[in-house]
Amino acid sequence: MAGSHHISRRDFIKLTTAAVGTFIGAVVAVPAIAYLIDPALKSASTDAWVPLGKLAAFEIGKPAPASFTRSIVNGWEKTVNSYGVFVLRTSETETLVLSNKCTHLGCHVNWFADKQEYICPCHDAQFGINGQVLGGPPPRPLDRYSGDQVKVEDGILFIHFLGA
Amino acid sequence: MMWKKLFAWLDERLGLNDLYKATLDRPEPKGNWWNTLGSASLFLFLLQGATGIFLSVYYTPSPDHAYDSIQYIMNGVAFGWLIRGIHHWGASLMVLVVFIHMLRVFVTASYKYPRELTWLIGVGLLLCTLGMGFTGYLLPWDQKAYWATTVATSIAGSVPWVGPFILRVLRGGTDLSALTLSRFFAAHIWMLPAVLTGLIGVHLYLIIKHGESEFPGRDD
Repeated sequence: MAGSHHISRRDFIKLTTAAVGTFIGAVVAVPAIAYLIDPALKSASTDAWVPLGKLAAFEIGKPAPASFTRSIVNGWEKTVNSYGVFVLRTSETETLVLSNKCTHLGCHVNWFADKQEYICPCHDAQFGINGQVLGGPPPRPLDRYSGDQVKVEDGILFIHFLGA
Repeated sequence: MMWKKLFAWLDERLGLNDLYKATLDRPEPKGNWWNTLGSASLFLFLLQGATGIFLSVYYTPSPDHAYDSIQYIMNGVAFGWLIRGIHHWGASLMVLVVFIHMLRVFVTASYKYPRELTWLIGVGLLLCTLGMGFTGYLLPWDQKAYWATTVATSIAGSVPWVGPFILRVLRGGTDLSALTLSRFFAAHIWMLPAVLTGLIGVHLYLIIKHGESEFPGRDD
């Protein structure tokens, strides 16, 4: 046996104790750490294709309001938020969807057909029919969905909503 | 060796060797499994403390959220079922082990001089343990918890003269309400554990001071 795979009694005990100790430690530590960091490991994807209604119901050249709700679940708490948009069919094939949330402080803008403007009731911000800023305090145009972010399936208009 | 130096430095200041001799290397009567029940109770207390702290990460003591937060622990959090399962079954096991521990001390007459105080403090520990079971039972805020606490507080309310007052103190008013849930929660995670920890400290000190009692022999 000498010179072969000999291991002293003391070393064997040390090694076994270390191995068993590591195993027991892992059995305790893995569930404990997983339990604590669990919410951080779950990334809730908030983006989705949201239907806004039949495309045919929207007139070409005339902004029309539409709304939808999205719910978020955090733990056991569910929050439902509603969102409003204006749908503008710029042509037979092209559609522009604008968020109704003013880029200044988040009030909801209204469409005035006589002025051909979106006007915010809070601070009189004015936006053009394509969402561009015409006057007032807003720092940027209205948030928009166009091109890739808009699609029509079976005659239903969808926008690619990314989240609040 | 750096570890030996570090240990020597710490030992000189903390008296680790003396501590080791007093707690783990003390003289014991002939080994007997019945003598391990106190250590088993202490282990269960520490286990309940650890799992309880973990549960408090997600549990919410309000009538609106208590039930849902526990459903979330059971179904939504990784290993939540395991942590709550250990806490749930450990609670029953702790009452059982503490009670058998008491029976052992009684049967072997270990409560006699000079260990009367150890026994008395043990009685306090038993009552605190039962109190932990009583307050913890309400926290899931399901039908079983609600009605069990309704009945138990009503029993406390049947005491002559002061009964109705005791009932209002326990419930935080005449009805079982959000106030009951939050005060049971406070008692369960702060007050009773604080008392338990203090009593356990004195209990252990007395055991180390007097040593364990020899089992009575045929002639005793």
